[in-house]
Amino acid sequence: MSTILIIEQVLNGLQFGVMLFLMAAGLTLIFGVMGLINLAHGSLYMVGAFAAAAVAGLTGSFLLALVAAMAAAAMAGMLIETVVIRRLYATDHLDQVLATFALILIFSEGTRWIFGSFPLFLDIPDALSGPVTLPGGIEYPFYRLVLIGVGLAVAAGLTLLINRTRIGIQIRAGENDREMIAALGVDISRLYTLVFALGAALAGLAGALVGAIQSVQVGMGEPVLILAFVVIVIGGIGSIKGALVGALLVGLTDTLGGIFLPELFKLFMAPATASSAGSALASMAIYILMGVVLIWRPTGLYGARA
Amino acid sequence: MTFKSLILAAGLAGMALGAQAEGVKVGMITTLSGGGAGLGIDVRDGFMLAIKQSGRDDIEVVIEDDQRKPDIAVQLADKMIQSEKVDVMTGIIWSNLAMAVVPATVAQGKFYLSPNAGPSALAGKGCNPNYFNVAWQNDNLHEAAGAYANTAGYTNSFILAPNYPAGQDALTGYKRTFEGALAGELFTKLGQTDYAAEIAQIRASGADSVFFFLPGGMGISFLKQYADSGVDIPVVGPAFSFDQGILQAVGDAALGVVNTSQWNKDIDNPTNKAFVETFQAEYGRLPSLYASQGFDTANLLISAVEAASPADADAFRAALKAANFDSTRGDFAFGSNNHPIQNIYAREVIKEGDVFTNKIIGVALENHADVYAAECEM
Repeated sequence: MSTILIIEQVLNGLQFGVMLFLMAAGLTLIFGVMGLINLAHGSLYMVGAFAAAAVAGLTGSFLLALVAAMAAAAMAGMLIETVVIRRLYATDHLDQVLATFALILIFSEGTRWIFGSFPLFLDIPDALSGPVTLPGGIEYPFYRLVLIGVGLAVAAGLTLLINRTRIGIQIRAGENDREMIAALGVDISRLYTLVFALGAALAGLAGALVGAIQSVQVGMGEPVLILAFVVIVIGGIGSIKGALVGALLVGLTDTLGGIFLPELFKLFMAPATASSAGSALASMAIYILMGVVLIWRPTGLYGARA
Repeated sequence: MTFKSLILAAGLAGMALGAQAEGVKVGMITTLSGGGAGLGIDVRDGFMLAIKQSGRDDIEVVIEDDQRKPDIAVQLADKMIQSEKVDVMTGIIWSNLAMAVVPATVAQGKFYLSPNAGPSALAGKGCNPNYFNVAWQNDNLHEAAGAYANTAGYTNSFILAPNYPAGQDALTGYKRTFEGALAGELFTKLGQTDYAAEIAQIRASGADSVFFFLPGGMGISFLKQYADSGVDIPVVGPAFSFDQGILQAVGDAALGVVNTSQWNKDIDNPTNKAFVETFQAEYGRLPSLYASQGFDTANLLISAVEAASPADADAFRAALKAANFDSTRGDFAFGSNNHPIQNIYAREVIKEGDVFTNKIIGVALENHADVYAAECEM
């Protein structure tokens, strides 16, 4: 296995990781600040992708499509926050899981009702398509490099927002003690809606960016949602930094595990069995990672210590 | 026993007979929501179109959505057999669901007509006189892809498929007919959407061709990412990643790719012409191979119902086996294990106006049967 291939795979892992981060950031904020388990987060990702595909189809502009994706997901997020989720903050997690699971079904069937059952077309804009040659003669799709850049920029922006702005102070305070900041005169329900919309917009952005290289179809959000939950459990619930580190760990483990485990098994097995057994183990790799992290640090890498 | 209760018993028996003679009840379990819904919807629409065109009102179809989940499919099958009392079951798209449902269904004496999934286990040792596959045995289209790769002069293929029964059948099928060497062999996760890692391996492998079996959304993702990666090794695959439902979502990335199928809209026979026209008129879209399979399944069922009642299992089975119906594929016959013997074509993706579709460029395998028939004893 050549160095070029390994570097390419590391880039792939990074790219997968930063896209997971966009999903996980919203999820971890919502859980951290509001104590809410939002299973419908994957649906917001889907809403973003469908909005982007629809707008790109109408206008031909990818930039407009991204704006539309974030706007549509943020609006859908605000809508479900004010109509459904607001009533769930005081209830226990089981009620939240049930209600947000119902939202998944409603979003999926609603999307099918509007757009039909067949996948939509959303392509990379011409300016970003095709491979570029990196130093060392590595050919790598330009769009994936852009994804890494966008993901890291969002991570930096979120860190600034949380650490340096007034809203960020309120969010951090909300994570620590909800009742107290409400008592201090912060409009808590407005803050909740805002955080929810922010998380939704990030999910929508991820959906649109990833939709361009994958398929825009009903149910696309749920597999990502599971991974995003793994990320925030590894990173520590409520921590943006944890979400970033967790997402990169999961991205790299998943990608590199898928490559190296079958190769490893080939050293002492027949190629066909090695490929099958290796890929079976590779799909478990991130859950094994999660297990190991939880044994070592039960609240996750950056979670608050009990 | 008194005279009265004898009359009552006779009356009840008569009613039971009457109920059976009244018509045929079909249970269709297929995927109508979630990721693979496009396939199930096409099968259902093709099936219902044939029922509608037959004008028969004695065939009742109960349709349920399995959500692509084996546990749900099993529950639905139990419900259909126990409380709906269906005579014939059909509809399942995915091989892992078929493996969960079909053996139990035929063991209870019901008929099962598969409009899609054809796992090798049900074609060989696990074959059953009451199980008929109207589409193909899973390996068939992949065997045809291997045969096409030989004629195209490829000698070194990189092959990949998801790690589930149909994926394993796919790679086995390709390797059975492909005479060249393998540059690499990969199993991906079922439902995987990012193939960057696999594409990097393909680039590094030095292969002269790529064979992939990634049905539905997986194929859309792969093809888009492959086209963007700058790797220009030719790809070949079964029709499942090039069906009418997903070509529009893949766009230009699929143009010119050769894929193998037992059906295409340009197969020249009157049944197929009428099917393509009426399907388009009824549903406002071009039919896919899945729709043609649903349509053929329903027509097979109708031909059998015309000849016998499912209550007379032996006669009904013989009528199914005779396959006395006009298929969209032209001549249609079952082999000894109740799987079709048919031509498999090589098709190329083309653009007709604004619509991406396929055109037949040759026959990849003629009158092809599956290899598992030899293991089937019934």
